[in-house]
Amino acid sequence: MDNFTSKIQDAAKKLLADNTVDTFIGYAGGSLPLRSTPCFVRTPADTAKLIWDISCENNLANFIRKKNQKIGVVAKGCDTRSIVALIKENQIDRDKLYIIGVPCTGMVDRNKVEQLLDGKELLEATREGHTLVLKGKGFSKAADIADLLHNSCLACGYPNPVIFDEMLGEPVTPKGNGTFADVAGMEAKSTQERRSFFTGQFSKCIRCYACRNACPMCYCEECFVDCSAPEWIGKTIDPQDSMLFQIGRVFHLAGRCVDCGACERACPMGIDLTLINRKMVKDVKELFGAEAGVSLDDKAALDTFTPDDPQPFLVKE
Amino acid sequence: MIISKKDVPAFLAGLMGEYRVFAPVKTDTYTGFQQISLGTEAVLDFSNTKIPPKGILFPQSEKLFTYSVAGETVKVEEVIDDAKSVVFGVRPCDAKSIALLDNVFDNDKYQDPYYLTRRANTVLVGIGCNEPASTCFCTSVGCSPFDTTGLDLLLVDTGDAFVVEAVTDKGKAIVTTAGFAPASDADQAAAANAKAAAAVTCKVNTDGLKEKLDVNFYDGIWDLIHEKCLGCGACTYSCPTCHCFDIVDDAVGTDGCRIRNWDSCMFPLFTLHGSGHNPRTSGKERYRNRVMHKFKYFVDNFDAVACVGCGRCINNCPVNLDIREVLADIRGSEARLDK
Repeated sequence: MDNFTSKIQDAAKKLLADNTVDTFIGYAGGSLPLRSTPCFVRTPADTAKLIWDISCENNLANFIRKKNQKIGVVAKGCDTRSIVALIKENQIDRDKLYIIGVPCTGMVDRNKVEQLLDGKELLEATREGHTLVLKGKGFSKAADIADLLHNSCLACGYPNPVIFDEMLGEPVTPKGNGTFADVAGMEAKSTQERRSFFTGQFSKCIRCYACRNACPMCYCEECFVDCSAPEWIGKTIDPQDSMLFQIGRVFHLAGRCVDCGACERACPMGIDLTLINRKMVKDVKELFGAEAGVSLDDKAALDTFTPDDPQPFLVKE
Repeated sequence: MIISKKDVPAFLAGLMGEYRVFAPVKTDTYTGFQQISLGTEAVLDFSNTKIPPKGILFPQSEKLFTYSVAGETVKVEEVIDDAKSVVFGVRPCDAKSIALLDNVFDNDKYQDPYYLTRRANTVLVGIGCNEPASTCFCTSVGCSPFDTTGLDLLLVDTGDAFVVEAVTDKGKAIVTTAGFAPASDADQAAAANAKAAAAVTCKVNTDGLKEKLDVNFYDGIWDLIHEKCLGCGACTYSCPTCHCFDIVDDAVGTDGCRIRNWDSCMFPLFTLHGSGHNPRTSGKERYRNRVMHKFKYFVDNFDAVACVGCGRCINNCPVNLDIREVLADIRGSEARLDK
């Protein structure tokens, strides 16, 4: 996986040298173990900063919307789905975008690492094949990378870029089986159990909006939570307000969410945001046979209407 | 004085008659300050909490007053929280941040009754940092792992016990009531050793930073520095010194209340004028404001940087926009000491 680093650097260098792109967006090594950081490269020499590893979790589609220049970007499967969805919503000019596709085997969830280390500080992480060696003051622990991946990566059905100008490796096998077992498990619970679960999750919310801002599809000029006249939603940290915010977000993303998990990864409080978003993804798929950002050729779910669209949520049929 | 670690739960339980007791509590995904009802809820083996304890004195959402209108009369009732509180397990950086916040809420122009009433009724019991985290850079910003600024009591971890230092009269009163045993010479020596051994390895060079910020408001560097910032409030809401707030009314019919919520300079609504004009239109101006407020405006106003080096913004940023690197970039990349 790590050998993509030099391939990305070479590809970016070529694109910048021959002026195919003005800016290349990829990942650079971060300042903490298991962290990378979005990196904007404008000269061939600076491409040496670019890396690829199991920490490249940010969805870079977030940075390429409404840019007035030619952009090159590194994209995983989920990132390309966001790009497709944004192109269809007229937010990205495909002709000004050069996509370097990277087949993705999943990104490491630092929260899972933290749980594994039980509060001890991680100072160094090195990869040895399928194993991650985690080191800190007075400890060294080996763990299987597969056990530390983000839930969204474990459920991912599209690890391979669905759109690209250049693909840097052979396609990989999806980890997810498309069954939505996690959502089904939640659906099987009683209303009370679900309410109690989500109230618990959203009482951790500090309303920092990292989830919304990390989401490539959340690009409203004015978010409904920021509107103050009328004030649609309370701005306090009352869990009911925070829950309403998330429910509103989920509905605004109906048929648009590409299930990349960027919201949950961005949350500093470790709130489970995947379940509630994947419930909508599942419903849209089951009811309308639609998946967001999978193809440039089909129409987005909200962009089509047929008289026989099922609407069990509206009237009893 | 000294208190054995196994006696801490009983000590905290003993305070509960007179005080609300707040302490670090472990939840499923993080450690944070909460009001506790059992002494055993407090965790002692934590590094920095996810969110600082500033919210105990300056809540993220607080009701300032309630009102009701009946005909021609309006009834207004102010909500002043004057309950007595003890905050146990405050790290010195967080205590220092409260001393910095005092400048904001108590100065010659304004005295905030909500904050100041809580502040006067709150006892801060600190625990020094034997093992500062790799992202802690308190010694670079005028603080240290055993700094007592802002604290009423400081506890020094000597293994099985804490050696207790009373810093203020409020602290002394707690100690007297609790009846801690005197610390032996050996205990004092152990505490001194713990203090000497605590090493803050991360250094951030701030030499000349203020002078640079004084003149670089229009510098091109601001166009680049914010580029990867998502514009969320993870940094400001986890920052112990950030203190901007927004005031809203919450009313139904003739009854309502006025609420003060934390605000964040990262948000599009921040400083949005009634006219629709916003002097900070993009992430560039917002991120610049965050840096300027901490390292220039606060210095101009109160002669101290509004950063205590707790490292929370570094750990919580979803895109790893690291303030240490930002400061180094502002000073000039050759000055980057810590990567």
